[in-house]
Amino acid sequence: MSTAIKLPSDSAKAAARDLVAGFDVERVRSDFPILHQRVNGHQLVYLDNAATSQKPKAVIDAIVRYYEHDNANIHRGVHYLSQRATEEFESARKVVQSFINAAEPREIIFVRSATEAINLVAQTYGRQHLGIGDEVLITAMEHHSNIVPWQLLCEEKQAKLQVAPINDRGELIPAEFERLLNSRTRIVALGHVSNALGTINPIKQITAMAHARNIPVLVDGAQAAPHVRIDVQQLDCDFYAFSGHKIYGPTGIGVLYGKAAVLEAMPPYQGGGDMISSVTFEKTTYNKLPHKFEAGTPDMSGAVGLRAAIEYLNRVGIENLAEYEHELLTYATQKVSAIPGVRLIGTAKEKAGVLSFIMDGVHPHDIGTILDQEGIAIRTGHHCAQPVMQRFGVDATARASFALYNTKEEVDVLVRGIQKVQEVFG
Amino acid sequence: MADLRDLYQEVILEHSKAPRNYRELKDADHKAEGFNPLCGDHFTVYLHIEGDSIRDISFQGSGCAISKASASMMTQSLKGKTKKEAEELFRKFHQVVTGKASSNGNATELGKLAVFSGVSEFPVRVKCATLAWHTLQAALEGKQDAVSTE
Repeated sequence: MSTAIKLPSDSAKAAARDLVAGFDVERVRSDFPILHQRVNGHQLVYLDNAATSQKPKAVIDAIVRYYEHDNANIHRGVHYLSQRATEEFESARKVVQSFINAAEPREIIFVRSATEAINLVAQTYGRQHLGIGDEVLITAMEHHSNIVPWQLLCEEKQAKLQVAPINDRGELIPAEFERLLNSRTRIVALGHVSNALGTINPIKQITAMAHARNIPVLVDGAQAAPHVRIDVQQLDCDFYAFSGHKIYGPTGIGVLYGKAAVLEAMPPYQGGGDMISSVTFEKTTYNKLPHKFEAGTPDMSGAVGLRAAIEYLNRVGIENLAEYEHELLTYATQKVSAIPGVRLIGTAKEKAGVLSFIMDGVHPHDIGTILDQEGIAIRTGHHCAQPVMQRFGVDATARASFALYNTKEEVDVLVRGIQKVQEVFG
Repeated sequence: MADLRDLYQEVILEHSKAPRNYRELKDADHKAEGFNPLCGDHFTVYLHIEGDSIRDISFQGSGCAISKASASMMTQSLKGKTKKEAEELFRKFHQVVTGKASSNGNATELGKLAVFSGVSEFPVRVKCATLAWHTLQAALEGKQDAVSTE
C-alpha cells in the first residue's frame, strides 16, 4: 500500500498471513507483555482500551532501541547520530502519512495528543477566521477535548458554539446537522467515533454538507484510529486528529493531519526552535510545513514508538482487526444486553469498540469496584463527555471498551462479573 | 486481598437503597453542595442549627452506594450533636476510612459509622465515603461555593 513501509521479510510475511487467516488472538495476546498478569487474584481482563491501549513488545522494543542506538536532537546536527535520529523521526511521519492515506508527509504534524491537535486548530485557524457572531458547529456526543477548545475560542471571539443533536440511539441526525450549517459557520468539529457511545459518525456525508458551503471540517479521530481504516482523502476532512497511545503506541505523541493548502495559510501555533527559517529581532520567517507547527524538540522516541505501533497494526491488518473487533462487540452486546436490569447507552447501528451500560439500582462506580475485584478493568464515570450523560439522563455509565487482544472468553468473564455485582446488590 | 463484603456491608447496602433524611430541609439555615467531578456524584446537605446544635439535618443528590450510605448515616449520627462534636466525628471517621486509625480503637466512638472501615482497603473509594462529610463541613462554615473532592 505504501512505499514508506519497509517490506517485511519472508518469515514476517508468513507470520502475518497466519495471523490474517483466522485472526489468531492468542498470538496477538502473546505480543502484549502486560496482559499476562493477575489482578486481585484473577487473570487480568483489560477492557479500558478507549482510555488507553496496551503496548505490544514491538513498540516497547522500538523505544528502547531508539534510546540505546539512535538518540540525538533532530534537524540540527551535522553529526551522524543527529542525522540518524532525524531519519527515524521523518520515517515515522511517512508511516503515519500512509496509515491515514494523507497526500503528502508535510500534512502530518506531530503533536502531544489529539487534544493538542484540536487546540492547535482552534488557536490558529480558529483565531484567524472567527469574528463576533460567527459560529462553530460541534455535536452532542463530543469528548470534552472537542468542546472546551472551541468554547475558549468562542468566548474570546464572542462567537457562538452550536451543537448538533443526537437521537436516542446516540446517532447524529444528518438533517438536523445540515440545518445548523449557515453563512456564519466557520468550522465544523466532530468525532469520528464517540468515546462514550461507540457511535461511528458518517464523516463523508458531513464533509460533503459542510464543503458545499465552503466550511472546513475537523475530525477528532482519537477513538476511530484503533478500530477503523482511516483514509483522510476519501473522508475529505480538512483536519484529522488522533493520539498514539490509543493505537498501541506510547503516550505523549499525537498527530494532526491538515490539508497542505489549509495548513499553509494558517499562522503558527507555538514559537520556538525548529519552526523558524530565520530569526532577527525585527522579523522572523517561519519554517515550511510541517515544521512550522512543531516548535521545540519534539517527542522523538514517541514518534518512533508510534511508527512501530502502526507497523504492528499493518502486520495484523486493519481490516482483520476491524472485522474481529466487530464480531467481539456484537457478541458482547448480545451477552450484556441479555442480562436483566442492564441497559445499554449508545445503540447506534454503526458502532466501534465501546459498550456503555447502566444497571438498575447500582451506581457505575460500584460496578467498577466489584469488577476490579474480579480482575476486570473497565471505566466508570462520565468519560469526559458530561453532555452525553446529560442527553441520556444519567450521571455516569460503566464502559467496557475493546481492543484487538480481547477475547470472547473475556466477555464471558465480564458477564459473570456483572452477575456478581447483582448478587452483591441483590 | 480486600474483601468486597468488607466494603459493601449489609448496613451500607441497606442505607444506599433506602437513604434516611433524604429530603430538602425547608427551614434550613445552612446548606452546601458537594461534587466529585471524577465520578459525577453530587449531594446537597441541609442544616438547621439552633445555638450550637444541629437541630435537624438532611441531604439530597445522587451518587454511588458508598457515598449515599455515608450521607444517610452521617445525617443519622449528627442530629442533636454540637458543631464541635460533628467536626470531631468527621476527624475520626476520616482517620478510619483512610486507614490511619484502626476501626477497633475508634469503633465505640464512631458507633454505626464503623461499618465504613472497609473503605480503607479501597483507596479510590475514600472520596465517596467522605463527600457528604466535606459538604457538611462547607455548610457549617457557611461557604458559598460548591465543594469539590478534587
